[in-house]
Amino acid sequence: MIIRKELIIRRQQKKDAAPYWESFSFETEEVGATVATALTELVREHSIGWECSCLQKKCGACAMVINGVSRLACDTKLVDCKTDAIRLEPLKKFPVVRDLIVDRSAMMERLKELSVWLETDGGSSEKLVERKSEDVGEGKAGRLRLRKESESADEIAYEASKCLQCGLCLEICPNFAVGAAFSGMAAMSPMTRLIVSAPKEQRKQLARDYEKSVYAGCGKSLACREVCPAGINIDRLMSRSNAAAIWGRWN
Amino acid sequence: MSDSGNAPATNIIGAGLTGLSAALTLAGQGRKSRLISVQSSERAQSNLAEGGINAALNVSGEMDSVEEHFADTMRAGCYLADPIMVRQLTKAAPQIVQKLQRLGVPFAKEDGRILQRYFGGQKKKRTAFVKSSTGKALMAAMIDAVRQYEVAGLVERYSHHCFERLFIHEDRCLGAQCRDAYTEERKAFPGPVIVAAGGMNGMFFGHTTGTTANTGSVTANLFEQGVVLSNLEFIQYHPTTVSIPGKRLLISEAARGEGGRLMIMRDGRPCYFMEEKYGPDGNRMPRDVISREMALLSEDVFLDLRGLSQAIWERRLPDLRDEIQHYLGMDPAKEPVPVAPGIHYCMGGIRVDEGHRTNRSFLYAAGECACAYHGANRLGGNSLLGAIFGGRCAAESVMKDLAGASKGNGNARRIEASNSNENAGKTRFAQASDDENGMEFLNGAEEIMSLQIAAYSSLSCDEQSIEKKMEEALFSGLSILRNEERLTQAHQTILQLYNRKETLSDELRARLHLAEAMLLSALERKESRGAHTRMDYPETKDAFRAQTCAKWEAGRVGITFEKRAL
Ligand SMILES: Cc1cc2nc3c(=O)[nH]c(=O)nc-3n(C[C@H](O)[C@H](O)[C@H](O)COP(=O)(O)OP(=O)(O)OC[C@H]3O[C@@H](n4cnc5c(N)ncnc54)[C@H](O)[C@@H]3O)c2cc1C
Ligand code: SF4
Ligand code: FES
Repeated sequence: MIIRKELIIRRQQKKDAAPYWESFSFETEEVGATVATALTELVREHSIGWECSCLQKKCGACAMVINGVSRLACDTKLVDCKTDAIRLEPLKKFPVVRDLIVDRSAMMERLKELSVWLETDGGSSEKLVERKSEDVGEGKAGRLRLRKESESADEIAYEASKCLQCGLCLEICPNFAVGAAFSGMAAMSPMTRLIVSAPKEQRKQLARDYEKSVYAGCGKSLACREVCPAGINIDRLMSRSNAAAIWGRWN
Repeated sequence: MSDSGNAPATNIIGAGLTGLSAALTLAGQGRKSRLISVQSSERAQSNLAEGGINAALNVSGEMDSVEEHFADTMRAGCYLADPIMVRQLTKAAPQIVQKLQRLGVPFAKEDGRILQRYFGGQKKKRTAFVKSSTGKALMAAMIDAVRQYEVAGLVERYSHHCFERLFIHEDRCLGAQCRDAYTEERKAFPGPVIVAAGGMNGMFFGHTTGTTANTGSVTANLFEQGVVLSNLEFIQYHPTTVSIPGKRLLISEAARGEGGRLMIMRDGRPCYFMEEKYGPDGNRMPRDVISREMALLSEDVFLDLRGLSQAIWERRLPDLRDEIQHYLGMDPAKEPVPVAPGIHYCMGGIRVDEGHRTNRSFLYAAGECACAYHGANRLGGNSLLGAIFGGRCAAESVMKDLAGASKGNGNARRIEASNSNENAGKTRFAQASDDENGMEFLNGAEEIMSLQIAAYSSLSCDEQSIEKKMEEALFSGLSILRNEERLTQAHQTILQLYNRKETLSDELRARLHLAEAMLLSALERKESRGAHTRMDYPETKDAFRAQTCAKWEAGRVGITFEKRAL
């Protein structure tokens, strides 16, 4: 089978240049070929700006708008695109650098503003366990509870660490705009990792930041749930974070 | 450190695990660094690592020890790695894993203790893991840890900056020239340079499990600037990969660590060929052994995961199962997965001493771009470890060398691969001259460098066909089973490609030189060892128990052999 597609790409030579549309035809016999496959081939002849890295939806580099939907190019099969012509545009919420490349540094800057890191260095891992055991009480029952809790905390931390910082959730979110207080799921995921492991001293500030930058602004449209390419269970992370940071149930 | 205030910032090229580890180490001592990378840390290849990280934690009741981790690493590397370096690495491992846990890495645990799994080439359960997404979890924690120092002003990030070349003056590295890929502006970054730019998988585009961002161009450019490379012929083929558009998808060794078996169909019945030949642990032989066996078979090979328990799928490998289902449209718990070897890792790279110093003073290399711990074949789980440990070591050497240079006692050493025969087999450690004040030297260098920013041309669209021919020649010459004829043929192709030298970009020219160095290293090693199988020289020879050194000198590639401390 030969797959034939026309790729209509929104092009822009540089930041302030006027955008224009240009179309390229592409054909392949590879049934699994993706939009990333097509772009990889096209840039062999045309200097189209786009970003990729892993080609297996694990790095978030290739996020863009494909036929009006925010997606990863490497996770969008050509055969799954219903139309013969596929429109490719850069993410709209971030400034365009060139063609399909956008500057997503605002996401990383926001995580800096929100002090997203663990204040734990220096202690030993045993201390980490000790600290938790204060909260859950002594004795065998306490230890068992502790074990269960830290294991489920690990599950949450794992889920949260899957975030690619791709920005697709921000692109689709009706409440997010670069510069505004609400920071979206791209901040909620890394913050949840902190919420399940932060030492007591860090919690107050963390709760305040979480409330201001996530909880207060989220309109619960949960559009992000559908679009997250890492398949993060956003409800699970959010209810855990809300429980801790908003309702004070840290364990 | 009293002199840290005016010490030059260290330039770290690459923001994967190695770069992050170096930045963290420097910042922990109040030292400034620039973290320079084509893409942000979230996009680095380190995020793809799956199976885990090795450390003899001895938590599985198997009496594991650092000594055994050392012995396994040396044996798997066929005694080509520097034993001093491997000793340091394996000794530091338990403490590194504990530190990662403190940084919030959710390692799999049982009863509060870290759980370890079997990995290839190791008799004990020694690989700590986060399901089959260990690299991602490690990166998330390390990115957070570095963020703290970004805010404190100790780490300055230059994402979307592409390394082009070093500033070198009389064998000293003065800094790096980089291009802002967003604005095309060229910048000179003065100060020591730690190269942490990842492997050379980009020399084999489409045939590897790695990322497209690790092109190998950094190593190629350094090579042209006189930096010595080692062991380029040792390329790891991972036995279990599958083809997906644009690359090979890795099926983690964890699958076999948790009980997966390699299988072929013979006379209509399944035959577990590795177990038949090597006994019950056959599926966990080192990667070089398995890939070689697979290359010698004519049948299609399958990874049989049907025997894995429900609990293992749910608790330890849910992500791997999802991935196989997503890409292959089949459930690995129900059907054997068709697999084939794919290029996964380069054991060779920038030649370094035990402090990760190169043959240029104030130039260091660590992580996958360096030739350090893995000898002729790398053990799975040792490279995440090597990335973190190597980054730390390089950073420590920078601090030592700057302190030494500023005091004028010159403990900046560098290794020099000798080209002359009487010196062959010896590593010479050169001392920076005593009378030089390193701080002044580096400060003064800023002026020199601003004058020196040079034009540098990257690979262009018109060169893609040459590039493709180069990649195919390398892939054919450096296949799992090699011989003189194929290697020579590939070498000829490369020579023809750069006979048109005048029209080549700087990047492509350097890449062709690196390609030539890889092929010549493989031609010169007339024996079989680890990942280097010469069908025309099948036995391992004592005379070759030495590292190849490739050096660009007077417009040609020179290959010598050098023994490391034994
Ligand atoms: C699929 C896969 C699975 C793996 N699984 C495991 C495992 O389970 N256990 C294990 O121990 N190892 C594993 N490895 C190997 C391990 O992940 C890598 O060896 C290790 O992460 C390398 O880290 P690094 O920091 O050296 O390089 P990388 O993480 O590759 O980072 C390289 C950095 O250099 C930058 N860079 C590249 N070129 C330039 C340039 N020109 N200018 C500026 N910057 C540049 C990149 O942007 C990037 O930031 C795996 C590898 C792969 C591909
Ligand atoms: S939460 Fe999902 S969609 Fe949002 S940045 Fe992370 S990976 Fe991307
Ligand atoms: S290239 Fe990494 S997510 Fe698409």
